[in-house]
Amino acid sequence: MISWDYLWPLFVAMGIVLAVVPIAGLYMTFVERKLAALIQNRVGPNRVGPAGLLQAVADGIKIFLKEQVVPNHVFKSIYFLAPTIGLICAMLSIAVVPFGPTEVGEKEGFRAIIAPGIDIGLLYLLAVSGLSAYGIILGGWASNNKYSLYGAIRSCAQFISYEIPLGLSLLGVIAAAGTLNIESIVASQGPGLMHWNVWWQPLAALMFFTAALAETNRLPFDLPECEQELVGGFHTEYSGIKFVLFFLAEYTHVVTVSFLTVLLFFGGWHFPGLTDSVDSTWGGYAVRWCVLLAKVALVIGLIIQLRWTLPRFRFDQLMGVAWKGLIPLGMLNLVGLAVVLTLDLSKWWLAVYSLIIVLLVGIANVASTRRTSTSNSRSNIATDLRSAPYEGAS
Amino acid sequence: MSEENSKAKKHVTWAEPPQMTLMETLYIPAIAAGIGTTVKRMFGKNETRQYPEVEPEIPPNYRGVHRLNRDDQGRVKCVACFLCQTVCPAKCITIEATATDKTDPNWADRDKYPATFEIDELRCIYCGMCEQACPVDAIELTSIYDLTGLSREEMIFDKEKLLEVFDETTQSGKDPVRTKRGTLGPASEILVDLPDESSSSDHPSS
Repeated sequence: MISWDYLWPLFVAMGIVLAVVPIAGLYMTFVERKLAALIQNRVGPNRVGPAGLLQAVADGIKIFLKEQVVPNHVFKSIYFLAPTIGLICAMLSIAVVPFGPTEVGEKEGFRAIIAPGIDIGLLYLLAVSGLSAYGIILGGWASNNKYSLYGAIRSCAQFISYEIPLGLSLLGVIAAAGTLNIESIVASQGPGLMHWNVWWQPLAALMFFTAALAETNRLPFDLPECEQELVGGFHTEYSGIKFVLFFLAEYTHVVTVSFLTVLLFFGGWHFPGLTDSVDSTWGGYAVRWCVLLAKVALVIGLIIQLRWTLPRFRFDQLMGVAWKGLIPLGMLNLVGLAVVLTLDLSKWWLAVYSLIIVLLVGIANVASTRRTSTSNSRSNIATDLRSAPYEGAS
Repeated sequence: MSEENSKAKKHVTWAEPPQMTLMETLYIPAIAAGIGTTVKRMFGKNETRQYPEVEPEIPPNYRGVHRLNRDDQGRVKCVACFLCQTVCPAKCITIEATATDKTDPNWADRDKYPATFEIDELRCIYCGMCEQACPVDAIELTSIYDLTGLSREEMIFDKEKLLEVFDETTQSGKDPVRTKRGTLGPASEILVDLPDESSSSDHPSS
């Protein structure tokens, strides 16, 4: 029987998500511009409001008041539907992500999650985040523009490829906690620093972060919307509020990914020293909330910083990273995890195993580059000269 | 073919990409180093100038808005010789010359002066050739770089406006008169017998 007692926490949580996520998205553009400026030895937006803090508001007002340009050649219905689908899918995935400290099995009162105690949490999340490719693909298709379609196709390939390492990397976390429920996974990580999943599953954490970054379509995985080759990719024909919806979907994904990284691998709202139960005191509750948000802010900062640190992938490299790098690594990691869990070994063996795998991959890489450099690296320079003896040959 | 090869033997030095070490092929240390670089940049010195508040230092030979210089009697220095109009590659200068009234003692030493002198500041390419061509150093480019206007008509500077620019720039001290002060240049000295430059090098504004 659904009563108001069960409904009001739901509506409050939904209200918080619906209000905070767009504003956070808007301010992430500001933070992104500011960080980009600082990294490039500039000052960044500093004109609107104190220290430029109202820049995000001004941008929002500007883009909402823009003329709604609808090109003549688009499929109108899908064209309007696509950004909405993108944002809805992005928003849906937040439903199972706790955005504040929540106790497992807590049934009444306000909880900082829209769907508390949902036992298919991660499965649902993977399914819905896979759906969000629809927004991009439909947008690219409806634009009736070859560049948009290229962007959409790339996005499709990218989503399919990176779903696999994403799932593989989560298996370790799921198997260790024995549940798909995100609150339980966080609870299983305990209060101490060394209880965090990242320490004994470093490879899985790295793979999850990489694959999730690819799912957000952000640099260095921004092939679907690269300005360099595809004008703007799938959103070339979109402007004004329709563009904002795509944009917001991307930033919502970033928020979700950051929350997930923190919740699954970095102990969520746990921090060394905070050992009492979640809602024993209001102060403890607030501190835990701050801990979680601070961790999430750090991850978001890292994602933004990676954009200005790493060069972009070429498309074949992008596919190579997923199919030749992350998926085999995920499989190997899974083998190690199975061995550790089946034989009931100490979980630290998995950390050792991860390090050994990473080292072996590195050694294999070195070996392969050595071999190619002596045999055929010159083959593509000049075939005429290859056979000729020359000085300085290695 | 073999000749080509021997040439290659002489002139081609092969550059091999450096071998990747183990730390580099692991990629993670390299990415961490990259993040370190960007973090370091973040706290580095900013290279930008906050323009409207902090104005740039304009070098004295900057070629900005034109001005028409005045001579020591406050008259327009221009003798309407049309050299600047002729040399102007953008054809932005329009001069109408008038003969001076010889009965007027103020103009006794001059034959011609410009009745109108118009420069289209939008058409001008600021090459400074008018300044070089002028035989009496009457036209000069100032360091005013932030010229704006609301209409095309507004950007056509007439003689009065150009003299105004002279008054403003010399008073503000930003653009002292660069060339022969007060007197007309050597070309005009041939026509009117003026005293030598050293005794007449004072300008009212300087």
